[in-house]
Amino acid sequence: MKNMMVSNLSLVLAFALVLVSIAISAKEKLGLTKDILTSVFRAIIQLVIIGFVLKFIFHADQLWLTIVSTLVIIFNASWNANKRDPNPHCSLWNSIIAEAIGTYVTLGLLIFSGVIKPIPMQVIPITGMIAGNEMVAIGLCYKALHDSFNDLHQQVLEKLALGSDIKLASMPILRRSIKTAMQPTIDSAKTVGLVNLPGMMSGLIFAGINPVYAIKYQIMITFMLLSATSLGAVISGYLAYKNYFNEQMQLR
Amino acid sequence: MTIIEFKHISYQVKEKQILHDVSFKVNQGDFLTLVGPSGSGKSTILKLAANLISPTAGDIFYQDKKMVEYNPIQYRREVSYCFQQPSLFGKTVRENLIFPYEIRKQAIVEKRIDELLKLVDLSADFLNKDINSLSGGEKQRVALIRNIIFLPKVLLLDEVTTGLDDGSKEIVHQLIKRVHEQGTTIIRVTHDQSEIQTAGHIMQIKQGRIIK
Repeated sequence: MKNMMVSNLSLVLAFALVLVSIAISAKEKLGLTKDILTSVFRAIIQLVIIGFVLKFIFHADQLWLTIVSTLVIIFNASWNANKRDPNPHCSLWNSIIAEAIGTYVTLGLLIFSGVIKPIPMQVIPITGMIAGNEMVAIGLCYKALHDSFNDLHQQVLEKLALGSDIKLASMPILRRSIKTAMQPTIDSAKTVGLVNLPGMMSGLIFAGINPVYAIKYQIMITFMLLSATSLGAVISGYLAYKNYFNEQMQLR
Repeated sequence: MTIIEFKHISYQVKEKQILHDVSFKVNQGDFLTLVGPSGSGKSTILKLAANLISPTAGDIFYQDKKMVEYNPIQYRREVSYCFQQPSLFGKTVRENLIFPYEIRKQAIVEKRIDELLKLVDLSADFLNKDINSLSGGEKQRVALIRNIIFLPKVLLLDEVTTGLDDGSKEIVHQLIKRVHEQGTTIIRVTHDQSEIQTAGHIMQIKQGRIIK
């Protein structure tokens, strides 16, 4: 752990990296200086708070507190995924259901198979990883649904006019959207270790763990993310496409 | 017997009033032709009759019962709408022609498909053709067959012969005539002068109102 210590002075010096991006923004007249500073200060405040909160939860080591923490993570991820849905008739519940099922099924399997222990120190960071990746997948699914309903508007209308139910009329759109949502995770799985050393693996290597052991965790993360994003994309897609129709099964 | 009735139907999109208090009846077995300038609301009437959009005021009746009381899926299988420029889906003609069977979860009757293809002057091997290789006339014929594989009680035709060459137009006319003879009520929108001249029952629409 000795090589993991970051002193406050080192952090202050590392702030020079932020100055690099501010300098680029100023020189190129990108108008991002205020945004960069706000995002950096928000990140610092959020991380400091979460550091203390996690310290408290890990120390308390209570099951109910762990469950509440996962619920908070899932709600925040759902809220953010829902904000990415361009459909004015979107429903937050779709995102909550997709996030909760995707996260808890994946988490349950990991605990059941003994890969992780049901302790806050392991459950909370893993929940964050699952819910975060699902959030991106669900957001992509919503965006693809919206774009496809625009592109294939006439085709859906024609299928409805022939007497199709809304599910069959939307099937090509659903398939396209779920595929779009899952693609980044699949692509990332293909290049893991070749292009990037992901966070979990890098963290363990930083902490001095033998890279051969670290990859085991990364393999577990890869399996976990494939499951979570597939579940999140499928569930959110099958729930959200209905919002494009009214009660008379007409396109809104 | 009245099959479709519009009672004081208005339709508005945002600030634009497209139909103003339109009322009319169509009897079973009728062949009604809607005419009028572009943007007068003719296609809107057909889309309303197909339950693809809902009126902002008034009620539509189908066989003496409010349209909204029917299951929209069942209703659209009885009152079938054919688009002006149909978009065929999937990759081949076959995918389009088996779709009506798929949505009804019924076994595909190849004989019925072959029969209809023959009626519109297309051979059976046409089924495997790529939809992107079809001409406008061929697409329209495939789309029409798609609508009548299961004979609807009402067939709504939205300028289905617009842009077709004389040969394709004649084939489509013959098919429509045949469908009508089999008892299907037809409501069509057209700008085609020859169709207007030979039409029996004409309704003229202007600026969202029936004028004749």
